[in-house]
Amino acid sequence: MNALEVGDLRVRFGEVPAVRGVGFAVAPGEVLGLVGESGSGKSVTGLAVMGLLPARATVTGSVRLRGAELLGGTDRELSRVRGRDLAMIFQDPQSALTPVHRIGDQIAEAVRAHGGTTRSRAWRRALDLLDLVGVPDAARAARAYPHQFSGGMRQRVMIAMAVAHDPAVIIADEPTTALDVTVQAQVLEVLKTARQATGAAILMITHDLGVVAGLADRVLVMYAGRVVESGTAEEVFYRPRMPYTIGLLAATPLLDGGPPVPIPGGPPPSGALPPGCPFEPRCRYASAPCRTTEPSLTERAACHNPQRPQPRPAEGPGVRRTRSADVILQVTGLRRAYGAVQAVDGVDFEVRAGETLALVGESGCGKTTTLMEILALAAPQAGRIVVLGRDVSALPRQARQELRRDLQIVFQDPAAALDPRMRIADLLAEPLRAHGVAEPEVERRVCELLGLVGLDPDFAGRFPRGLSGGQRQRIGIARALALRPRLIVLDEPVSALDVSVQAGIMDLLATLQLNLGVAYLIVAHDLAVVRHLADRVAVMYLGRIAEIGSVEAVYGTPAHPYTRALLSAIPVPDPRLERGRSRVLLPGDPPGPARAPAGCRFRARCPLHTELGAADRERCAAEEPRLRPAGAGAGADQSVACHYSEGLIR
Amino acid sequence: MARFVLRRAVGSVVLVVVAVSLAYLLAATALHPRANFEGRSPRPPERVIDARLTELNLNDRTPLPDRYAVWVTGLLRGDLGRDFDGDPVAGELGRRIWVSLRLLLIGTVLGGVLGVALGACSAVRQYRLSDRLITLASFVVLAVPVFVLAVLLQMGAQKVNDATGTRIFQWAGQDGLSHLVLPTVTIVLAQVAVYSRYQRSMMLDVLSADFVRTARAKGLRRGTALRRHALRTAVIPMTTYFAYNLGLLLLGAVFIEKIFGWHGMGEWLIDSIGRGDVNAVAAFDLFAAGLVLVAGLLADLAQAALDPRVRVSR
Repeated sequence: MNALEVGDLRVRFGEVPAVRGVGFAVAPGEVLGLVGESGSGKSVTGLAVMGLLPARATVTGSVRLRGAELLGGTDRELSRVRGRDLAMIFQDPQSALTPVHRIGDQIAEAVRAHGGTTRSRAWRRALDLLDLVGVPDAARAARAYPHQFSGGMRQRVMIAMAVAHDPAVIIADEPTTALDVTVQAQVLEVLKTARQATGAAILMITHDLGVVAGLADRVLVMYAGRVVESGTAEEVFYRPRMPYTIGLLAATPLLDGGPPVPIPGGPPPSGALPPGCPFEPRCRYASAPCRTTEPSLTERAACHNPQRPQPRPAEGPGVRRTRSADVILQVTGLRRAYGAVQAVDGVDFEVRAGETLALVGESGCGKTTTLMEILALAAPQAGRIVVLGRDVSALPRQARQELRRDLQIVFQDPAAALDPRMRIADLLAEPLRAHGVAEPEVERRVCELLGLVGLDPDFAGRFPRGLSGGQRQRIGIARALALRPRLIVLDEPVSALDVSVQAGIMDLLATLQLNLGVAYLIVAHDLAVVRHLADRVAVMYLGRIAEIGSVEAVYGTPAHPYTRALLSAIPVPDPRLERGRSRVLLPGDPPGPARAPAGCRFRARCPLHTELGAADRERCAAEEPRLRPAGAGAGADQSVACHYSEGLIR
Repeated sequence: MARFVLRRAVGSVVLVVVAVSLAYLLAATALHPRANFEGRSPRPPERVIDARLTELNLNDRTPLPDRYAVWVTGLLRGDLGRDFDGDPVAGELGRRIWVSLRLLLIGTVLGGVLGVALGACSAVRQYRLSDRLITLASFVVLAVPVFVLAVLLQMGAQKVNDATGTRIFQWAGQDGLSHLVLPTVTIVLAQVAVYSRYQRSMMLDVLSADFVRTARAKGLRRGTALRRHALRTAVIPMTTYFAYNLGLLLLGAVFIEKIFGWHGMGEWLIDSIGRGDVNAVAAFDLFAAGLVLVAGLLADLAQAALDPRVRVSR
């Protein structure tokens, strides 16, 4: 018997449909991947199965757990099932644990929720569960509060609570999305352990095709509240039929292979779906029936014109532009401490005209702090920042104001970065007016800017809330371009966007750079995105640069063991590759900058360090490695901060 | 933790000194104890009046800094000066302080507990009939000045007394439970109205929190999850409101005591202002400032007890 069977599930919020007839079955021990972009209805589906949607949602259809119908059950009936037979892991471990209760109490509560145990036995079981999910020193950890835990550890706690009663089905809703890549790799391992320990069926809800490729036996692709493609992982990844799936795979940035290809447009708002196939407005293969009738899901895909995937366009002409000699930004020995926390601890790099440097690294590595120090255009605590040949520490007020023209920023979350009460025209005009541009010129420039970022001039009169995420980010970029800067600083410019839209923004940034010659300094955590965005990349760890060099060199011949681990941790959207490869699994969390150890900061987690002889290890502990040329076999301008990196490049 | 409490206590003492000094200076400038002799017949000779006023440190012909110096020196010895009748202020303060505190304490505790409960209920039943009724009632109470509320309650109580021919409610005499009922009810009503509003909005913020959903996913019933996880978290900010609300409560209590003939600090304040009793007014301010600051300290301790995140960051 199937562990979970969902039939014709429909969810409406008032008049707005969120899920429009979803059906699937999961067998015991099977992992079913539920893939889709934001608004596709995948999370709502998960919550509907749990019966945890808010009261204003109308749910119809059927949800059968081991053959027993759950839909329409009372709170009392469902409470008996939830947590015992049907468990859920939520996305954001930051907010999913109650901040005021101890970790151990929260797990013990899950154990006791279904009766039959004493308080002390539940506590002991909580300790066992913490052990199972790999939380070190369980007895101490159980007495800690959630805020004393890192994101990865909290997510382990979530998994511990989910497996407390050996459930038949575990629903995991974006379980690793909020985590750093190296931690994501660990948590996915824990999830695999949990599945083996319980034999549960897992419904894996995610937008990350790489995660699904590594874990799922079968995959459902959702779009606009419906399943548009289903099949085994191999079928969906290697022989997709629905143009949306094909487009999604092509839009996913890869560590190797050609550039990602965007899907034009954005998903339709769920309140106003087109009469035919909801993907029709974005579909290259749309024909007459697509506009009038919505295709139903036959064997594999819900599509009138099933297609075959095209090979990815080859990478652009391999010749990189020669580096300009014109240095736009030079940072030397930059340090920044917040109290005892040394967030940035001696960073050197330069950005030249027309090139893109990306700072990458996990949370807490100091990349955003570096950015903010540069943007402040003020004397840093230590070190030197030179923008366009001028040392910012000695800048008079007037000159600093002038310099701001040449240094602009694009923020991560376009929804938060645009004042919702201002029209697009005013948002774009604001920097111009602030710098005293005459009014007729402002109007002309606003139109020009909209054109530059590929939007119609009639966007000028609209408000940000009427725009999609991708369009908003275009406005953010246009605003940064308004004063014709020489350097734009971009803080995670595409990480808040859906995959199908990401590639479009990446294209736009490349085109603008080519045409305007502007330099970019990008902060990002996604190495696959950076590979297609940047010319040069600096990998940061605990406030320092571990490795820096051209993208080809750093990705082709990574010299630092940390760079290697980061690259290896990224899940690849290719089931065979993803399952076949061995992964460098870094132990532990990225430590907080307050506890930077003496010597090499990375050595506690370093896979290379463990293979060294005792004498060599001593050097790692005693002497902090400085950036030096990576040497033979590596790129010409590749530098690495590791004493023993030579052994890695062959 | 002990260091934190100590540091806060020292800071509080400084604040009390500043507040009370300012209050003394204001009272000494604005009040005219000399006026008490105006209506007397026969009017005592000027020399006698001056001597009497000087004796009480109330003479407006003595320079203000000198009067203040005398008052402060006394304060340092624990002497709060004397009132117009020549009795020590400290003695009167000691008599009245517990009378007032009994009212305030019961009012605050009952008002806080009922307010939190009502606010939480109201949030859980958002936009249902019960929520709307609670909201309406609390806004009515909030919109009515507390002394109007007191008078209305008194009129209602009179009706009840007349109708039943008994004396269930009283507003004369000193002790007795029946005398305590009406002023307490007035204070509690006003407190519940305020706290329930705060608690409702705090509770609404956490109702759809991820951790409440997690609790239900574990198999907790909705009510249990809301009580143990949502309310437990949403009650934390109330400690701050409690501290800052106490000032308002004290102000309301002044009128309530006067209206219901409750011989506490509030009644004393009003009578003292009428008599130009500077020392008594300053003593009341000492009491008020001390009370508000102790409440602030208690609120901080309560918050640390309720919220582990606060505990660690200290």
